[in-house]
Amino acid sequence: MVLIYIDQDDQEIKKASFEAISYGAALAKQLGTSAEALLLGTVKDDLAAIGKYGASKVHQVNNLALNNFDAYVNAMVVADAAKALGATVIIFANNINGKAIAPAVGVKLSAGLVAGACALPKTDAGFVVTKTVFSGKAFASIQIETPIKVISVNQNSFGVVVGEGTATVHPLEINAPASKIKITATDKIKGEVPLTEATLVVSGGRGLKGPENWGILLDLAKSLGASTACSRPVSDSDWRPHHEHVGQTGIQIAPNLYIAIGISGAIQHLAGVNRSKTIVVINKDPEAPFFKAADYGVVGDAFEVVPALTAAILKSKASA
Amino acid sequence: MKILVCISKTPDTTSKIAFIEGNTKFDENGVQWIINPYDEWYSLVKAIELKEKDPSVTIHLVTVGGADTEPIIRKALALGGDEAIRVNNLGNDSMMVAQEIAAIAKEGAYDLIFTGKETIDYNSGSIGSMLSALLDTSFIPNATSLDLSGSNIIIKREIDGGEETCEASMPIILSCQKGMAEQRIPNMRGIMAARTKPLKVVEGTITNAYTTIQKFDTPSAKSGVKLIDSGNMDELVRLLKEEAKVI
Repeated sequence: MVLIYIDQDDQEIKKASFEAISYGAALAKQLGTSAEALLLGTVKDDLAAIGKYGASKVHQVNNLALNNFDAYVNAMVVADAAKALGATVIIFANNINGKAIAPAVGVKLSAGLVAGACALPKTDAGFVVTKTVFSGKAFASIQIETPIKVISVNQNSFGVVVGEGTATVHPLEINAPASKIKITATDKIKGEVPLTEATLVVSGGRGLKGPENWGILLDLAKSLGASTACSRPVSDSDWRPHHEHVGQTGIQIAPNLYIAIGISGAIQHLAGVNRSKTIVVINKDPEAPFFKAADYGVVGDAFEVVPALTAAILKSKASA
Repeated sequence: MKILVCISKTPDTTSKIAFIEGNTKFDENGVQWIINPYDEWYSLVKAIELKEKDPSVTIHLVTVGGADTEPIIRKALALGGDEAIRVNNLGNDSMMVAQEIAAIAKEGAYDLIFTGKETIDYNSGSIGSMLSALLDTSFIPNATSLDLSGSNIIIKREIDGGEETCEASMPIILSCQKGMAEQRIPNMRGIMAARTKPLKVVEGTITNAYTTIQKFDTPSAKSGVKLIDSGNMDELVRLLKEEAKVI
């Protein structure tokens, strides 16, 4: 049985989990077994509706203490649940929480782990999972040698697959160790899609010359319904908040569309965005290295090109 | 207070990524090796800051690798730290590395164990979480700040779309990222001192990997950027809609 961990935040299922369930369901089909999901704590979402992503059952460890994420505690509960249910493959989203518990679950189940899978395993001979390595500059095909396998799936690499179906919900009694971590404050950016979950991202670099010029970028983002990001020099200069910094040392993202405005495309920046499906680069310097990694490029002054692009998007939406 | 800082050797960010022996092995030819930036800039420097505030703090560095990792661990010692341990094991997967570090950690009874958020070569970021299970110790991932408050510690960590503040007690394992500390350059005094700091070599005992890398592939090159005239944004919108199908 393929068991998929449902990641929740503030009693809401994270979007990354729907992708993980879709991946787990496709793998279960390939292996001729069932896909079942595991929720720790409680959520406001309708659990039966998870069936539409391909899970036949949802096992729920109904313990309110588990609504607060503690990497160690969650990992112990998931490992015990996997044992109790007889899971042979355990799937996580490779988001912050998934990354933090999948390896510990692997330890407790003596299971080999592939962290950051970007495709379904090849299971015709053995069990081989492909993952990105060297910050997206290469792929490694990794054979898992153990009977039980743990995989965390890179966000936006498989996609959310919505079908039909309803899952049955089953309470599961698992003892959770007491958490030794007390969460004292949570500071979340209100009303914005977290960058790691955004499908459209508009990002600005030093080429925008100063924080006072961000209006054109925000207008473009608004016209698309996109999240906003920035390069490291921009966040280091406090033109934009640090949580917007994407790159090797910032957040690594993989949206469907990444529009880079006035970003030269240093290798450290590319490491954070090169898994994006489509990259548009707007830069006045035709020699900017980012053009080599781009799908579409516009050589021109951002202060003219960006408002024109916003207008073109709004026009296209109005006519749709 | 005793701190264990996990150090990994990685190719420099700008290294050419190529493979040899039928794409089964990373081509080390001409590669410059560095301390994994997350291990160096954030975890090691944070440990050094704690020691600067309180000289009774002891910092041990640990790395799992062959003799060729010694220049890297010496470089780390030049930044700071009291002594280093190299576990002589090539560490074929994260689980092997974590098991070796866990054995060192058990023996040293550390209050704080720092890892970097991930290594920049294999990008798994698994060691901290694995240590947590192997040592049955709490783990806080993606820490961006750490303050001591009596016997407790106050930690900020990145969460999806924000930041969380929490209070915890030691012993604890943290994976460190941007925010924890600022990059430092080793000075001459540090480099000289590092030469005489103890570097203990311990024979590894773990021989069993749970996973094996079969081969590497490099992504097929982009077909080339399609340039759109800066005066024709309607065309870009059309391409994004009809060709890329992303909006």
